[in-house]
Amino acid sequence: MTSVEPAHTALPGPEQAPSTSVKPAPSTRSTRPGRKNRDWLHGLLMSAPAVVGLIAFVGVPFGYAVVLSFYNVRLGSPLEPTWFGIEQYRRLFTDPNLSGPFLRALLNNLTFAAVVVPVQTALALALAILLNRKLKAIGFFRSLFFMPVVFPMALVAVIWRLILARSDQGMLNSALDAVSFGNWGAFDWLGDGATAMGSIIVLSIWQGVGFQMVILLAGLQQIPGELYEAAELDRASRWQQFRHVTLPGIRGTLVFVAMLTSVLSFRVFDQVYVLVRGGGLDEDATRTVMYQAVTTAFDQNNIGQASAITVVFFLIVVVLTLIQRRVVRPGNED
Amino acid sequence: MGTTSTPLRRFLDYAVLSVLAFVFVLPVIYLFLGSLKPSDEVLNGLSGFLPTNLSFDNYTAVLDSLNSDSTGYFWRFMGVSLLLAFVVVTGGLFVNSMAAYGLSRLKWRGRNAVFTLVLLLMLVPFESVAVPLFYMFNDQRNTLYILALPFIANAFSVYQFHTFFRSIPPSIEEAARIDGAGPWRTFFAIIVPMSKPAFASVAILTFLIQWGSFLWPVLMISDPSVRPLPLEMSVFQGQQPPDWGQILAFGVLLVLPVLIVFAFFQRWFVQGVASSAVKG
Repeated sequence: MTSVEPAHTALPGPEQAPSTSVKPAPSTRSTRPGRKNRDWLHGLLMSAPAVVGLIAFVGVPFGYAVVLSFYNVRLGSPLEPTWFGIEQYRRLFTDPNLSGPFLRALLNNLTFAAVVVPVQTALALALAILLNRKLKAIGFFRSLFFMPVVFPMALVAVIWRLILARSDQGMLNSALDAVSFGNWGAFDWLGDGATAMGSIIVLSIWQGVGFQMVILLAGLQQIPGELYEAAELDRASRWQQFRHVTLPGIRGTLVFVAMLTSVLSFRVFDQVYVLVRGGGLDEDATRTVMYQAVTTAFDQNNIGQASAITVVFFLIVVVLTLIQRRVVRPGNED
Repeated sequence: MGTTSTPLRRFLDYAVLSVLAFVFVLPVIYLFLGSLKPSDEVLNGLSGFLPTNLSFDNYTAVLDSLNSDSTGYFWRFMGVSLLLAFVVVTGGLFVNSMAAYGLSRLKWRGRNAVFTLVLLLMLVPFESVAVPLFYMFNDQRNTLYILALPFIANAFSVYQFHTFFRSIPPSIEEAARIDGAGPWRTFFAIIVPMSKPAFASVAILTFLIQWGSFLWPVLMISDPSVRPLPLEMSVFQGQQPPDWGQILAFGVLLVLPVLIVFAFFQRWFVQGVASSAVKG
């Protein structure tokens, strides 16, 4: 491993793509006289496989999820699906007997996002600033911090299962024991309801922070060096440089990264599933919305309710994405 | 920054970076060291970090213990994962780049509507269609093709190619088409060869995501003969009592292919990942 160069691709707002491709269509027809223009046919044929695939595996199932969420439908049940109205949603949100696990999952997800978004973004920014300098072997250091990003989450969960193992021989427990001169002993980080979510948060940040770091690094490198030179001529301190040059320079990227992290926060599933199934993780303290959707569909065969959870999940993600697009746009203009 | 760098300052920079990086990669060191140690020495307090009694015994033990119809075969898990990655990456490059070309360089009525549809579908994360897909394809569970099929057409890949193709000057194609090349030949003989960076970064990002893919196999696969590696990681670590040396050796074998790709194609990796940020 020698170097990780930050991507120099600017972050284009996706919304600019369709608008710029609107061009007067007939003009091409006139540029090639004497040649029959069949571009419409070729264009259609070329885009057909991907577009059909997307409709079949994204569009249709998504619409189907909305429909299923209004039915009482169970997998493997001999009964026909019956119309349920908004009963599934009522059960998820207001039924005193049934809404408990889902509301807990929603709360857990919010907690996860509320901690991970600021902490991971700040950490990524600190790393990006630290790694944004011209030193020999800086690429090597960047690679090290980026490396966990390529680790499958199922493996990350297993590594941390060992680090956080409950016995006094667990890595974290014995490290704490050593620094406290033998006063620590054993603590069940994953199994204790008070620390279970904290454990998931730590391992998730470890795996994901390199990703945010790389994006922020690309943002930092777009700040013109003259700005820092001017600031130094003005005898600005390092902190003042950070406040008045760095932060304004990457404001757009920073907001973008924060919003992106918040969307990713709601997609958490793999690490919770792996550790609940085999690692003694406290289930109630760490169940997430996706975990709830999967267990409802898979273990309880309750497709209708799982679809309703899916729809709620999608609405959260869309709202976050729309906020992201709205907030990032002014940042890109300056 | 860092215009005035004295030797002392540089030394401090390196010291801070080294300490931080070391702490950060401790879990990785632990993974690799533990995979080489006898199982009862892995979960053994801080001495789990001592490189003592190293051997490849755990690796041969993994291959031995995952070697029957009831447990599944290690090389079969690996084969399933490699096959899926190959199909999803190559199939995806083919259909998504072609679609992006049709939507960016050929002008036809309705293409803006189709591209807008692609952009809208890009907003739908796989997680929100997993449940209905699970229901729709329930009678196809435990088949290989259903693991790959939903991931070949990818709205974000189309978008990435679209962005790249739009930056190609039109004169290049015009020349080809005046020479009599149709859109297909123009695409495969001229556009594809000059778009290697786009293909590389889309391929690597797709590979990375596919290699770790977990949610869909959890829903669709119970039969060990078609189980991909990450799902088997979850099954294998759940054994009672856990054999830590073997579990970590399995983990190393799981991450090795993606680490090798990472080591060789880092630039594309980081570019692909950073550009994936656009998706949100």
